[in-house]
Amino acid sequence: MKGNILNSSLLIFKKDLKSELRTRYVINSLLMFVLVTISVIRFALGDEKTENELLTGLLWISIFFSTSNGLSRTFVKEEERETSIVLKLSSDSTAVLTGKILFNLVLSFALNILILILFILITDYSVKNVTGFLITVIIGNFGLVAASTIIAAIISKANSKGTLYPVLSFPVLLPLLITVINATKLASLGVGTEKLYGEITILVSYTIVITVVSYMLFRFVWED
Amino acid sequence: MSNVEIVCNKLSKSFSGKSIFKNLDLKISAKESLTVTGRNGTGKSTLIKVLAGLLLQSKGSISINENNVSLRRENWFAKTGLLSPYFNLYDELTGFENLDFFYRLKSDVKDENENPETVNSLLQEVNLFDKRNEQVKNYSSGMKQRLKLAFAVINKPDILFMDEPRSNLDKYGIEIMNRIALQHKERGILIIATNDEEDKQLCDNSLNIEDYK
Repeated sequence: MKGNILNSSLLIFKKDLKSELRTRYVINSLLMFVLVTISVIRFALGDEKTENELLTGLLWISIFFSTSNGLSRTFVKEEERETSIVLKLSSDSTAVLTGKILFNLVLSFALNILILILFILITDYSVKNVTGFLITVIIGNFGLVAASTIIAAIISKANSKGTLYPVLSFPVLLPLLITVINATKLASLGVGTEKLYGEITILVSYTIVITVVSYMLFRFVWED
Repeated sequence: MSNVEIVCNKLSKSFSGKSIFKNLDLKISAKESLTVTGRNGTGKSTLIKVLAGLLLQSKGSISINENNVSLRRENWFAKTGLLSPYFNLYDELTGFENLDFFYRLKSDVKDENENPETVNSLLQEVNLFDKRNEQVKNYSSGMKQRLKLAFAVINKPDILFMDEPRSNLDKYGIEIMNRIALQHKERGILIIATNDEEDKQLCDNSLNIEDYK
């Protein structure tokens, strides 16, 4: 508690990373989930020539379900294994949330790089404006992680954790998903980055609002 | 010695309208100790959780040195230590990694390479130094309880709460637990929830939770 928040956040992040690398609690199931999803998409598409508009939608379906499968575990794991009390007794709630967001960011980015590589390898997906595409995917990921982490904290206190996550996350993530799918679709078709300014502004605003609300709410969720 | 003081005023707790205890007044100062007794299911652990700040009371107030606990529970956690059967430490980390993690969180140690003498001496005190590099999942239940005991006192708390501290401990483990409890009693407040006669002898005062129904 005496330690500063940044220091404590990094300690929690490192603990989560070490713990995950040892138990493979999330990584293994996520890898399998990604492989199965990408394989299903491959079989569904067959040898058909598919437009980028449709492929962008399929890409974000893969990203959304994979991340929601993994990111929701971060707090559920603490509750299920009865370790949340020791964390609560030892650290400031802001540090806990920051540490969990950092861990989810690393997990989400690693996962998305894997999904993107596999997706490009098995489909005809091509990106004409790579800079615009990467900017929207990166900001979209920040928004996805910020929203998913606070929702994960909320559902970890509920009895029906698994079913509650999609119910809660869908309405919260809908504005983000619509915007990010549209922006990545335009970037993949070759629309210039300057013309994506509107979508990028919405994504940045969404991420900032969700992050601020998360920090305001988290103490009440965590200490309940 | 700390000059800590806990004051509870008309403390009540209920779950879904069912009263667990009510109108509990309590005042304990440093170097005082208390056992909370009562049959199973009568609310001993609930009282410990409320006093430790893990549960909010339904009515009444708890203050430490005249500061209201409910307003900023993190400040309260910094002054307390808790040994309870309702939590676990991290199974996939070693005993040393667990205590080092919590020591760094609770103190202000920033240097990654700083030799945490406190952690090593605590591990020696609970007789787990030789097993410090083994993952906790390989510990016996008695060893886990001793590690939890070390966790409870890692921040040299002003107030130590122990809920059924003898759980899973053998004779040797109980000696360690008694020694740590007595050491703590010399400088702070000790509150034990138990029905064990030997535990009761560790404390000066006793409170039967069933008197507050």
